Amino acid sequence: MGRSSKAYIAGAFEHPTRKAVDKTIAQLHAEVALGALQDAGLTKDDVDGYFCDGDVPGLGGLSMAEYMGLNLKYIDSTETGGSSYVLHVGHAVDAIAAGKCSVALITLAGRPKAEGVVSLAARDGDGGKLPERGFEIPYAPVITNMYGMAAMRHMYEYGTTSEQLAWIKVAASHHAQHNERAVLRDVVTVEDVVNSPMISDPLHRLDCCVISDGGGALIIVSPEVAKTLGDRCVKVLGSGTSIGHLNGGKFDLTYTGAAVSGPIAFEEAGLKPADIDYASIYDSFTITVLETIEDLGFCAKGDGGKFVSDGNLISGVGKLPFNTDGGGLCNNHPSNRGGMTKVVEAVRQLRGEAHPAVQVPDCTLALAHGTGGQISARHGSATVILGRNDA
Amino acid sequence: MSNPERTYVDPSINMETEAYWEGTAQGKLLLKRCCSCGETHFYPRAICPHCLSSDTEWFEASGKGKIYSYSIMRRAKIPYVMAYVTLDEGITMMTNIVESDFDDVAVDKAVEVTFRKTESDHSLPVFRLS
Repeated sequence: MGRSSKAYIAGAFEHPTRKAVDKTIAQLHAEVALGALQDAGLTKDDVDGYFCDGDVPGLGGLSMAEYMGLNLKYIDSTETGGSSYVLHVGHAVDAIAAGKCSVALITLAGRPKAEGVVSLAARDGDGGKLPERGFEIPYAPVITNMYGMAAMRHMYEYGTTSEQLAWIKVAASHHAQHNERAVLRDVVTVEDVVNSPMISDPLHRLDCCVISDGGGALIIVSPEVAKTLGDRCVKVLGSGTSIGHLNGGKFDLTYTGAAVSGPIAFEEAGLKPADIDYASIYDSFTITVLETIEDLGFCAKGDGGKFVSDGNLISGVGKLPFNTDGGGLCNNHPSNRGGMTKVVEAVRQLRGEAHPAVQVPDCTLALAHGTGGQISARHGSATVILGRNDA
Repeated sequence: MSNPERTYVDPSINMETEAYWEGTAQGKLLLKRCCSCGETHFYPRAICPHCLSSDTEWFEASGKGKIYSYSIMRRAKIPYVMAYVTLDEGITMMTNIVESDFDDVAVDKAVEVTFRKTESDHSLPVFRLS
């Protein structure tokens, strides 16, 4: 009954680890795959489609398919950074709708905490082949100062304040206190955030996400398979993708690719922002959330600061409960890629399986958004709109 | 008071961009303009990103512009100012702001180009408050 859906999310799993000193990356992929399959009530042999990012060990998904013993009819290793897994949900739905596969596995795994590799500069391995390298790397761009420039411009154009950005961390911390696996479980105040050490103006330490190991996995299935699995399956109602970039030196740092991917997803779902009961918003930094909320249409461009203030993102308090697992800001940002956990928590909400203290009552429609790369340069943007089984 | 400066790593230079770096070695900031659609672009390419024409030409920029945005990287061993500067020619480029007290740097302030030597003695365009 209800809205039509070309495919369903049948399994969702977040690896419990936050520091994986005793596991390989391949092992973590297999562990999250098994977790999601068990959650769905399926086995490895049911999988006929595999989706992963370009950061997995090996050439695309080839080595991981062999490691996990997958027999595949469909494979997709589209790489758009931390947004990849949200994008993969849309791609999996399309592949299933086209009859190319019927049970799709999406995995993410990594161990930056254990390996101590966290900086953007560590990825500078492309040498002369990367076309923009000579015009960027000598200036020492790193993730924090790149996001700092987006925040600084937003403040200049719209009067956004550090206190307003801080509310985003405050909301995440209110949720994380209930998540026993969250890296940061202490509830923080606006004062705590703005008084934490300045990392790269105007972003403070507590404006940043955590660094953690682990990963997650999703199982996307056809409507026919979903019928056999029961009402924990979640509908995928719409998906959208975009790439933001510097456009030959003519760009606006107060917008992200969500301004394109969001409307595509809403149109396919036949919904509008006001219909959404719960939102998972990519939160590498507080500014990422603020700009994305504006771009998705939850408020007008420039009004994000007012919108996120005074607890408006806190479940049970505000109008748009977000990232009720604590998000990347407090809970988990596995492999420096937060898109997977965004979808996982949205699925928990729609199943009524979020922590009771943060569960949105009668949660029927949810959104998950991923951002990959850097919003102040090249970035992937992916939005999915999900519905409870009876939505 | 200006701040001590970090070491600048070398740019990667290729057949598309060597003229740019030959220009900086002479104290000139060169940009690329498309002879087909008329748009200026950055970073400079053989192919115009606005219309994909290969009919592009170098020209010397004024070296003047305004700070579009910036972020002071406080956690580096030698803190520095990361910035995007919008040149009078209409494009915005990544750069560093140098020779300036961090407290004086602000969005929309006027800047002018200057140059710094990289590790292998290439010249890198950076900006200072003007």
